[in-house]
Amino acid sequence: MTASPENPAEVQEAVRGASRVLPHGAGTKPALSGVPGDDRAADGHGAADGHGAADGHRAADGETGVVCLDLRALSGIVEYDPAELTLTAQANTPLADLSATLAEHGQYLPFDPPLQAAGATLAGAVAAASSGPGAFRHGGVRDFVIGVTLVDGTGRLVHGGGKVVKNAAGFDLPKLMVGSAGRLGIMVRLSVKVLPAPRAHRDLAFVAPTRQAALELMGRLGRGPVHLDALELDEAGRLRVRLGGAEEVLEDRARRLAGFVGLDPADPVDPGEGQGHGARQDTGHSDSQGDGLDPIAWMPAGSRAVRVVLNPAQAAVLLDTLGAVPAPLRLSLGANLAWVAWPGDRPLEELDRRLTKLGLAGMPLTGAPGPRPLLGSAPGGAFARRIRAALDPDHRFLEL
Amino acid sequence: MDVIAALGELGLGGRLLTSTAAVAAYASDGLAAFHELPRAVVLAESAQEVIAAVRVCHDHDTPFVARGSGTSLSGGSLPNPDGIVIALNRLNRVLAIDPDARTARVQPGTINLEVSRAAAVHGLEYAPDPSSQQVCSIGGNLAFNSGGAHCLKHGMTANHVLGIRAVLPDGEVVDLGGGSTEVAGPDWTGLFCGSEGLFGIALEVTLRLVPIAEAKRTFLVAYDSLERAGDAVAQIVAAGLLPVAMEIMDELAMQAAEASVKPNYPKAAALLIVELEGETDVVAADAVLLDALLADSGAASVTSTEDPEARALIWKGRKSAFSAVGWLAPDYIVQDGVVPRTRLGEALVEIGRLGSEAGLRVANVFHAGDGNLHPLILFDGREPGAQERAEQLAGEILAMCVRFGGSITGEHGVGVEKRQYLELMFSEDDLALMGELRRAVDPEELANRGKMLVPLRDRVA
Repeated sequence: MTASPENPAEVQEAVRGASRVLPHGAGTKPALSGVPGDDRAADGHGAADGHGAADGHRAADGETGVVCLDLRALSGIVEYDPAELTLTAQANTPLADLSATLAEHGQYLPFDPPLQAAGATLAGAVAAASSGPGAFRHGGVRDFVIGVTLVDGTGRLVHGGGKVVKNAAGFDLPKLMVGSAGRLGIMVRLSVKVLPAPRAHRDLAFVAPTRQAALELMGRLGRGPVHLDALELDEAGRLRVRLGGAEEVLEDRARRLAGFVGLDPADPVDPGEGQGHGARQDTGHSDSQGDGLDPIAWMPAGSRAVRVVLNPAQAAVLLDTLGAVPAPLRLSLGANLAWVAWPGDRPLEELDRRLTKLGLAGMPLTGAPGPRPLLGSAPGGAFARRIRAALDPDHRFLEL
Repeated sequence: MDVIAALGELGLGGRLLTSTAAVAAYASDGLAAFHELPRAVVLAESAQEVIAAVRVCHDHDTPFVARGSGTSLSGGSLPNPDGIVIALNRLNRVLAIDPDARTARVQPGTINLEVSRAAAVHGLEYAPDPSSQQVCSIGGNLAFNSGGAHCLKHGMTANHVLGIRAVLPDGEVVDLGGGSTEVAGPDWTGLFCGSEGLFGIALEVTLRLVPIAEAKRTFLVAYDSLERAGDAVAQIVAAGLLPVAMEIMDELAMQAAEASVKPNYPKAAALLIVELEGETDVVAADAVLLDALLADSGAASVTSTEDPEARALIWKGRKSAFSAVGWLAPDYIVQDGVVPRTRLGEALVEIGRLGSEAGLRVANVFHAGDGNLHPLILFDGREPGAQERAEQLAGEILAMCVRFGGSITGEHGVGVEKRQYLELMFSEDDLALMGELRRAVDPEELANRGKMLVPLRDRVA
C-alpha cells in the first residue's frame, strides 16, 4: 500500500493511520526505501515505482501491511539567502535542484551527496548519510544538517535544531536523523549549512608501488601541507586526489602536491596513467556528480552499492576480507568510508557476517533490501534502543 | 545504607569529599550567580570509579552532576542539593593519537588545549577553541557542544567528536560512533553531544584532528560604526571567502580589553578581526582579495599581520573580553544568542535600544561570522533592582534573537540559566519529545537533573 501525502499534516495522518510505515523519496536507494522481502524493490537505481508491497503481499521475513509513504510532493526550497550560507527546504527536494540554485550564487552542498542525476533528494541523502568524495574537505552530511522538522512514530510533528549555523539549544535531532534510514522519524523539512564553492578544480592520480604504500601515502596526504577536496583510493589501486580553489594558484598547488608525494624516498609513487592527471576541464560544478570520482558509477552492473564506515587503520583488513570475495571497493574520504560493490548474486547476510567479524558497520544503498538496513556491528547499544523506543513507541517504523 | 555510606565503600579514601568546607568549592561554576552545596563530591581517577559512582547514585535514587573544570557559563555543572558531584578533572590523559587517521582518544577531563599540545608533534590540532580553552575540559565541551572563535570554518564540538564511550545514568556502558568521520546508522554520537549531561557521562572520547595551517594572517579593521563592521562581514561571505574566524568588538568591549591585557587595538567604534588560514599560497591569494574588499568597506583603518606574537596578542584581547569587562563594572551578565548573520546590524541596534531603555550599559563581542552574539550586560549589584533589570534585559535580548530567526544559545548551552527561554524556540510537542528522550534513557532524571529541561517532578500540573 502506498500513500502520497502532500503536506506535513497528511504525513502525520498517514503515520497515525498505519501500523507500519516506510518513507521514500525518489527511490534512488532502494535498499533503504524498499520493503524488506519485496522483490519489486529490487529493480535497481532510480526505479521510483519499485516501491510498495501490494495489499496482502507477504514478505519473506513477515513484513506485511507496510504503508509506503511516497514523499516526493514535499519538495521545494523554503528559504535561501546566499549571505546566510544556510538553506531550508522541504525534505524531499531533489539535490540536483538545490545544487543548481546554489551554483547560481557560487555555493554548493559541501557534503557532495551522490545519485543527484538519478533524482536523489535531500532527505534521502540525510537518511542514508551518503557523503560523497568531495566531503573530504569540509565534512560529511552530519556536519551540515542544522535543523529538521519530522513526524515521529506517534504521528507528532516536532522540530529540532534551527536555521542558524551555530546553535546549542535542545537535543540535536538533526544529527540523529543522519543515517536513520527512515526508521526513526519522517523528515518533512531540513535546514543545511552550505559553503562557497571552490572556483576551480584539478584532479590528479598517483600509483603507489604497493597497497601498503598507497595507504600510507593516503595518511600522509590527509595531514599534508596541501589541503585536498577529495582523497580516494580507487578500485584499481590508484590514489585519486582533487584540489579545489582559486584558479590562479591551482597549478602551483598541484605541482607542490606532486612534489610532496614524490619527494619522500620511503614512499615512491609515479603519476597515474591517463586518469585525470592534469587539469580537469569542467569547472561548472563543484561536486563529484557523474565524473571519475562518482562513488557508484564505477561499480560493475548488478552489484549493490554498500557504504562501510571505517577508521583508516582498518582499511587493509577490509581490503583483504572483501578482496577474497571478491567484492571491489573504493576507499573514500581518506579511508573513513568504503564504497563496496557487493556482487548481486551474493546475499547481504554474507557481507553482514564479514563486517561483524571486523567490528565494522555498513549500509547498502542500491539493490534489493536485506532484512535490515544496518550491516555488521553497529554501535549504540542500550542508548540506541532507548532512544528508538521514545521516538517510536508503537513500532511503526521498520527495523534498523 | 545511605548513598554516602555506599560511596564510602568504593575505596576512594580522601577522594570522597563530604565536609561542607570541602564540597563548597564545587557549589558553583562559571555562572557564579547560582550556587548549591552538593552532598558529596567524588574525585574520580578512573572510568571504573565513574561507573561505580553512577551505579551507587542510581541504586540510591540520588541525582548526580558530572563536572570537569567548572567553566560552564550556563550553570551546566551546578550541583543538586542532596546530589553528588562526580569530578572528572583527574581523568585527564590523552590516551592515543593516530596521526594517519587524524584522531585523538582522550579522557573527559582532558583540557581542550592539551589535545592540541599533544597533537602538535604530528602537525595536527584540535579545532574547537572556546575562549576558556586553557582550562575547560573536553567532557564539558562535549556535553554543551561548545563553540569558539574558529567555528566559522571548522564547526562546533559535535563536528569533531567521532566516538564516545559513555556510562548511562543507570550504570550501563555504551559505545557510540567510533573512529570514522562518517556514520552508518543513526548518529548516536551526534545526539549525545550537546545533551548537557542528561544522557550520562562520557568516559572516553575520540576526537577529530585537523592539520595545523601553515599560514595564518589576521586582519584588524577599525570602523566608525558597528553597522559598517557588520556589513563588511556580509560582503566577505558574499565574495566567497571563507575566513577561519570573523569577530567584532564594540567600543566598550575594546576599552575593557585595553584596560586588562592591552592588546593595543586601534581606537574605533567597532573592531573587526578577520583571520585567514591555510596553505601559504592560498592565504596570500585570499589576503589580496580581502584587502581590496576591506579597503572598499568604509574602514577607518586596515592592518594585518602574520607575526605569531602579534596575532596572539590580538586573540588574547578578544578572548579575555568577558573577564576584562570586570574592569568596567562591578557585575555583569555574559549572554550568548544567535541571529542570522545578515541581521547582525539590526540586532545590534536593537540591543542598544533595549540597553538604554533599561538604563544599562551593554558591551558587545561576537562571533560575527556565525551571527553569535555575546552581549555583556554591565550593572552594579549593590544598586537595588539592578540585577533584576539586567536579567530582564538579558531575556529581552534572547527573545529578540528568536524573533529574528536565531537561537537562545550558540555555544554556552541552556543549563539552568536559559531553561525558561527554551520554549521561545521549541513548541510544547518539541519539548515533550525531548523530555521523553531524556526519560527513556534516564527514567528517574538523575543525570544533571534540572539542566536544559524542567524535570517532570518539578512541573506544575
